[in-house]
Amino acid sequence: MNPDFSRNHFELLGLPARYALDARELERRYRELQTQVHPDKFASGSEAERRVAMQWATRANEAYRTLRDPVSRARYVLSLKGFDTGEESNTSMPPDFLMQQMEWRESVGAARDSGDAAALDKLRIDLAASRAEMLGMLARALDGDANYDAGCSLVRKLRFLEKLEAEIDDALELLHERS
Amino acid sequence: MALLQISEPGESPDPHQRKLAVGIDLGTTHSLVATVRSSSAEVLADEQGRPLLPSIVRYHADGAIEVGYDARAAQAEDPGNTVVSVKRFMGRGVADVARYGALPYRFVDAPGMLAIETAAGTRSPVQVSADILKALRDRAERALGGELFGAVITVPAYFDDSQRQATKDAGRLAGLNVLRLLNEPTAAAIAYGLDHASEGTFAVFDLGGGTFDISILRLTRGVFEVLSTSGDSALGGDDFDQAIAVHWRVGHGLADGAVRDTRRLLAAARAVKEQLTDREEASVEVTLSYGQKLRLHLSRAEFEQLTAPLVQKTLGPTRKALRDAKLEATDIDGVVLVGGATRMPHLQRAVENYFRRAPLKDLDPDQVVALGAAIQANVLAGNRAGDDWLLLDVIPLSLGLETMGGLVERVVPRNSTIPVARAQEFTTFKDGQTAMAIHVVQGERELVSDCRSLARFELRGIPPMVAGAARIQVTFQVDADGLLSVSAREKTTGIESAIVVKPSYGLTDDEVARMLQEGFSHATEDRDARALAEQRVEAEALLASVAAALEKDADLLPRDERSSLDASMQALAAARAGTDHRAIRAAIDSLNRASERFAGRRMDRAISGALAGRRVDEVSK
Repeated sequence: MNPDFSRNHFELLGLPARYALDARELERRYRELQTQVHPDKFASGSEAERRVAMQWATRANEAYRTLRDPVSRARYVLSLKGFDTGEESNTSMPPDFLMQQMEWRESVGAARDSGDAAALDKLRIDLAASRAEMLGMLARALDGDANYDAGCSLVRKLRFLEKLEAEIDDALELLHERS
Repeated sequence: MALLQISEPGESPDPHQRKLAVGIDLGTTHSLVATVRSSSAEVLADEQGRPLLPSIVRYHADGAIEVGYDARAAQAEDPGNTVVSVKRFMGRGVADVARYGALPYRFVDAPGMLAIETAAGTRSPVQVSADILKALRDRAERALGGELFGAVITVPAYFDDSQRQATKDAGRLAGLNVLRLLNEPTAAAIAYGLDHASEGTFAVFDLGGGTFDISILRLTRGVFEVLSTSGDSALGGDDFDQAIAVHWRVGHGLADGAVRDTRRLLAAARAVKEQLTDREEASVEVTLSYGQKLRLHLSRAEFEQLTAPLVQKTLGPTRKALRDAKLEATDIDGVVLVGGATRMPHLQRAVENYFRRAPLKDLDPDQVVALGAAIQANVLAGNRAGDDWLLLDVIPLSLGLETMGGLVERVVPRNSTIPVARAQEFTTFKDGQTAMAIHVVQGERELVSDCRSLARFELRGIPPMVAGAARIQVTFQVDADGLLSVSAREKTTGIESAIVVKPSYGLTDDEVARMLQEGFSHATEDRDARALAEQRVEAEALLASVAAALEKDADLLPRDERSSLDASMQALAAARAGTDHRAIRAAIDSLNRASERFAGRRMDRAISGALAGRRVDEVSK
């Protein structure tokens, strides 16, 4: 038998279903829930109890993982509203963002090729600033204006930033290994 | 809080009701068993007062088995039948162990995992490990004066699924109730966490004989959370001995000598390395075959220079673990040292330089893992009532599936908190395709050939459709021990063909039963008596747990379910009074099935209760 999985992630953790979220509160509630359901609490329990516990603990981990990261949380809020962010299918971006994208990519490539760790670090800081700005816009789009199309577009942009950040980290890692 | 706990919260169980639980560090070079007595963890020594058990097993032609120091003494005289460092072979095939160079064993490529031809017959690494575990179980039962309720066994954080599965199988084969597999660095942090009531983010730096593990953990309010793990499974204290031996060999113009000379040089190197921990210089005399005597010297400065690259090698995985945890070295509040090799002063210096703080080393680095495992075993056995201890662990390596072109599609990324389930959809490649081969792999590389193959199975009975129309959902479920099960089903037609596989290195229950049988036929133990005792203990635990559940939540049961549950309980109580262990087993299984829905509803209530409780909190804020 499967536990009742009809609650969404917010309901499971007893949080209001919106984008803005207190990270510490999320963590506190996640741990409270895990304290109730984790299989270790049932190590001397029956097989049935242990199986149900594993399913619930799995569910709690999934909810926490989804809500902890702001981009995945936004994606999830949008899916609850019936919007698909279409990150795989929809690759169209506004021209100014495309220009910015190309600039960033060129800078990463150049810094990597010349082994310039300082330039990579600076790019990371620039990206973090852009990301923070977009997350602010995301909060307004989702919780304020209920402009879910804008929300989807922001999630797609943020997804791109994440990929670029990973590329920078990989390049930095490579430089560390060489040194 | 815990509505589902068995013992009453806040009440310490009666001392003679305490369940005997141990923690076992099943190490490459040596193993230990520890327990919690009068609220502190201690390692249980053997009758000669020695805490360590060398992880060495010797097999005799008459079926006799020697484990530990006796086996180690015979190592040079009977290398082929004396299995050393069996941990390296767990869940591995013959091809995997080629990198260890010339080993004195006759390997057999048995299905799933290699085996070793010994005087007593073919032995799998699982059986050899079980013999070590059995020696530790006997030691613990003698020291504690009773049958063990259960054990926590530690594994390197970097162990993949097949190695974990093999370790758990070895535990079962040794007649242990394995409460949990625990990552070694996590166990070390538990040992420190309790004794020092520490909070914050910790790095556990574990350099053992043959492996290096680094884990980043966060400790808060009784919660141990593993943020990331990394390591090098081919780096350890032995490499430092090797470096010294090579240095001497070159310096004294020795040719690559006999295996026996290599061993002597390595033993001398180890002795010198250990002396250099608190001395500036050390020397040792070695007699090689052909009677050649050598006086070998080494200064600490030379040693540090020789092995600086090895020390440096630990920093790569350390950086990677920090990066995965999204932390900088300066974010770490404490560094725990584990493993005998961390006694080396230059290693401690390197760790201190990197993290900019002195590492913790109050506990014996050889014992710290076993001590932590004992503490966790004590918690899992329910001996610590009324606390909300919780350990959240992660999966160390990504799990994925083979897709077209031999590429890996990652399904569960590494460092996901477990238990975790993830599903991925795939589709057919050809028109009318009715079967699909599913290949499960573990590792971080892009190519299937660079990852470890865990299991292969086929999903059959897919209704014929045009290519790309079928929707095959493959689900990975990883439990709290880090063990995987995989299922697949076709979604479009509503036809559910699901298969649950065990990784190919795991043993089936039948295999374990057969091996247990074989084991017992060599031993003097009365198999049926033991089985009966075990089933009775399990029956009693189950009856107590269901009774406690009924006392709290009987109102969740419709009348018909209640009466069938009562009947199952009575049947089990009756079977328990008898002497047929198979009948008890059957009654246990039947009560488990009868209580399944009840368990689900109780969990639901527990969660709703927690939610309701929160709302009250919010109002009062």
